[in-house]
Amino acid sequence: MQVPAPFEYERATSVDQAIGLLERLGSSARLVAGGHSLLPMMKLRLANFDYLIDINPLHAELGYIRPVGDEVRIGALTRHRELLESDELAAAFPIFRDAERVIADPVVRNRGTLGGSLCQADPSEDLSAVCTTLDARCVIRGPGGAERVVTMEEFHVGPYETAVGDDEMLTEIRLPLRPGGGSAYEKVERRAGDWAVVSAGAAVWLAADGTITDARVGLAAVGPNTTGIPEVSAALRGREPAEDLYEQAGAIAARSCDPATDQRGSADYKRHLADELTRRTLRTAVARARS
Amino acid sequence: MQVTMTVNDVEVTREIEGRLLLVHFLRDTLSLTGTHWGCDTSNCGTCVVWLDGEPVKSCTVLAAMADGHEVRTVEGLAKGAELDPIQEGFMQCHGLQCGFCTPGMMMTCRALLDKNPDPTDAEIREAISGQICRCTGYSTIVRSVRWASVHEAANK
Repeated sequence: MQVPAPFEYERATSVDQAIGLLERLGSSARLVAGGHSLLPMMKLRLANFDYLIDINPLHAELGYIRPVGDEVRIGALTRHRELLESDELAAAFPIFRDAERVIADPVVRNRGTLGGSLCQADPSEDLSAVCTTLDARCVIRGPGGAERVVTMEEFHVGPYETAVGDDEMLTEIRLPLRPGGGSAYEKVERRAGDWAVVSAGAAVWLAADGTITDARVGLAAVGPNTTGIPEVSAALRGREPAEDLYEQAGAIAARSCDPATDQRGSADYKRHLADELTRRTLRTAVARARS
Repeated sequence: MQVTMTVNDVEVTREIEGRLLLVHFLRDTLSLTGTHWGCDTSNCGTCVVWLDGEPVKSCTVLAAMADGHEVRTVEGLAKGAELDPIQEGFMQCHGLQCGFCTPGMMMTCRALLDKNPDPTDAEIREAISGQICRCTGYSTIVRSVRWASVHEAANK
């Protein structure tokens, strides 16, 4: 039987009360949301905490998808199922629905959350790649209600490591809305619900004349980080969308990533996928931006 | 710590350890052994129960998280002696061989039919994609759910 080592269970009653607990308990405490990454790690003693602070009771406060001005704001406790089912989110950022369809399975998606996925900071995790692709901003709240807003590059420090401090909490993800946008996500997995062998997200923004004003590609499972690839963006900006351009972007993606050979595939195969999936997602993103 | 929750319409209060998982609370504390305990890694889905009406994998939910909430297990599917159409469907269409995955399959499929009374085969397969049947009985499971769907519609 696999069970976590003993810990004290605390229940959050508000965001600020949870942060107060974190402030008092320091690194011996951890927030738990859906728990579908944290609890398995605690069962295996890969993670050990003296205190778990259950933030599920904050769903009414932190579970939302809300357009505010020129961005869409998503509460950190919004569950995968809610992200998948939101027509509003799918209309603004179809990449989300593409990704949510292939994240874990429907039952797991009833529990797992956006904030939990990002805070887990697993390099194979899909929503980190999605948020990187969309140039998301992460709102981190600390003691005394102090908030800071960081980019995904700043948020994702390294594998399983984020910018969120011991006494802080990720509360919201902000996605900038820009005109002429289209986005897409593709994942290759060995079986339904598995981690990605490789996955790729792409977002493009087209000018009125059809040229690319900006584009971003985010890859998952091809190295320690899921950061975007600035060289791809630079190669696409100002250009007319075309097959040879996607080919060029795919080649840049393949040589910019750093995959490792493991049970999911060889490094060469993963580079091939980075190339192919970059082309496919750019193609779909452009088609969606035009429609 | 003390937890109070409603399990199959009955309120229960127990003293538990914070680390106790919901699957073990149901099986070992409440002796509701219909919920099975399988892979322990939220992959196999034999431990699926409902938490506030949503299917969840109870090996990856703390019993403490269910405090104040409603849980339903396979024991809560039948109404007295009357089987749920899903249970009837699994009997009629040979939806099980060894039966290990069956409680989780039935809980997920019941929730599917509650949301979508007439699912396609593809929608049924998607709904159970996080659940493993090692007797390779997926075709008959899909058929069982279709049976329940058709018979429920006919009885309305």
